[in-house]
Amino acid sequence: MSIGTADRAQSLVRAGSPPSGKSLWQRMWSVRWCYLFMLPSLILTVAFTLYPTVMSWYFSLLDWSGFGSDRDWAGFANYREVVRDDLFWNAYVRSFLFTLAGAPIKIGLALVVALVLNDASLRFRSFYRTLFFLPVVTSSAIIGIVMTFIFSPLDGPVNMVLLQLGFIDIPVDFLGDPDTALWTVVAVYIWKWFGVTMIYWLAALQVVPRELYEAARIDGANRWNMHRSITLPLIVPFALVIVLITVVSALNIFGLVQTMTGGGPFFATEVMELYIYRNAFGAGEVPRLGYASAAAVFFGITVFAVSLLQGWGLKKANTARAQMKTQ
Amino acid sequence: MRHRATTAIAMTAKKQRLVGAHDIPSPRRGFRWRPRSVIPHLVLLPICFVWIYPFLWMVSAGLKTEREIYSGLSLIPETLRWENFQRAWVVARIGEYFVNTVIITVGSIAIVLFSVALMGYVLGRFQFPGKKLVIAIFAATIFLPEGYTIIPIVELLQRLHLTNSLAGVTLAQSGGAHVVMVLLFAGYFAQLPKDLEEAAVVDGASFFRVFWEVMLPLAKPVVATTVILQFMSSWNAFLQPLVLTLSRPDLRTLAVGMYAFRGEYSTDWSGMAAASAISLAPVIITFLFLQRYFIEGIAGSVKQ
Repeated sequence: MSIGTADRAQSLVRAGSPPSGKSLWQRMWSVRWCYLFMLPSLILTVAFTLYPTVMSWYFSLLDWSGFGSDRDWAGFANYREVVRDDLFWNAYVRSFLFTLAGAPIKIGLALVVALVLNDASLRFRSFYRTLFFLPVVTSSAIIGIVMTFIFSPLDGPVNMVLLQLGFIDIPVDFLGDPDTALWTVVAVYIWKWFGVTMIYWLAALQVVPRELYEAARIDGANRWNMHRSITLPLIVPFALVIVLITVVSALNIFGLVQTMTGGGPFFATEVMELYIYRNAFGAGEVPRLGYASAAAVFFGITVFAVSLLQGWGLKKANTARAQMKTQ
Repeated sequence: MRHRATTAIAMTAKKQRLVGAHDIPSPRRGFRWRPRSVIPHLVLLPICFVWIYPFLWMVSAGLKTEREIYSGLSLIPETLRWENFQRAWVVARIGEYFVNTVIITVGSIAIVLFSVALMGYVLGRFQFPGKKLVIAIFAATIFLPEGYTIIPIVELLQRLHLTNSLAGVTLAQSGGAHVVMVLLFAGYFAQLPKDLEEAAVVDGASFFRVFWEVMLPLAKPVVATTVILQFMSSWNAFLQPLVLTLSRPDLRTLAVGMYAFRGEYSTDWSGMAAASAISLAPVIITFLFLQRYFIEGIAGSVKQ
């Protein structure tokens, strides 16, 4: 999903036959099949994307403790409580911290691997690509569970290796120590979704004509210079799209974090999605659906603003590029 | 397909270089182990081993005894303990969850494929009043943050009396705009020649039959990509099935079932490793056989 989407949409508007001089109703009647055909997709979009968005605004104004129970109008009381809750702000900041730590590392490392795998003279490229991509297809929740064993302080393989190599004297409780838990989750997140970003980069690298590399090689350019002066300028527009997608996807990590740490220890890994889940569905607590909705809306608006900002930056960059071309 | 084209270009490039260098072609497709060409593999192979180690550990632990798992790093079990898999399948009710996951996945693939292909067909080939509005709705959904709307979705399914049912989970899994898939279909249908439908209409075929019997079979590559993307998303889904089956443990999917199983039997490492391996195997095997479609589906979303 990207900026090009808008252009694609534009060209779709122009597709098909031009409208004739008949009245609106006649034109609509003559293509009535179109409306019928669009119905299933429109229903799924409205019911599961648009309706939930609008309804969460409404729910956030209610005092509502459980799906079966009464709803009372609460006004902005939920929002007032949300902004006063330290745990909310911790989760809020942590979500962005997670993104700021995870996304750049993932994007950078994926670019390096993509550049290596894009080299046509490298044998077994698709074999390596397959292995790097493998974690992407697997279930986050199950990966989260397996990782609790891999990083376990009780004879988990990571601790065994570190002990045998002499890097540590006593096992590290990676997921049980508030100082290391979040970073361990970030590392697993990078590993899990690395392949997607790598494929994005490989797709972007297809735009670089191979003859340019050949020419540069004849001119005696080394690999680093070649990438700096040929590859990077050509893939910049893709870079912005990739950053946008990666940042938004770094906020959808419920399955991984819930199964790895459940938000613990002592809320040290509670990101926004887990905070909302705990308030709405958490075991042993009275469900607070209105309050959880308010937190979701508050955070959703921030995410919306961030992606709009990015979209705006992207458009700016595209226009600047177009101007450069015409000059 | 761009993928194939680049491979072809790469292969020609390789041939040209070899000819230019006056190499005598060796029997192994003109490839020789020069020191320079080995170095990248010396770096990549260990990285890849560490990369997939969690999966190797999972399969190996699933075939070991408890004591073996704790006692060393060797990935090769002394004897293969298949009974771990049997225990996971029966005691952890992985078999039951497996069936639930298959039902939900197949159902949502059918719903999504049907609705998305129809939408793509109409947007790609027809002009109608209100088209801009439909496109605007789809464009707007791109910026709506997903995953923060679970409460209204549960509420909606409750009003439809679909909570605590596989039908409800299937529907929730199928919901959404699926913008990438719609655009893939629309783009594909838009570039097919116009006279395709005209010929069929002359033959007296109805609008729906033209779509079903002429157009959809032509779009097989996009169908494959859509099926795979949806398969991946439904098979691996967690939050929605978790919330929607809170009071019905018998309806859990594999991911949710594993999560619950961990809570109950947290010390049974070999059983849990075996259960994880069973849960991940279908999607990994599908990926290994059909990876071209996986990768094209992912790449398609950035190319647009």
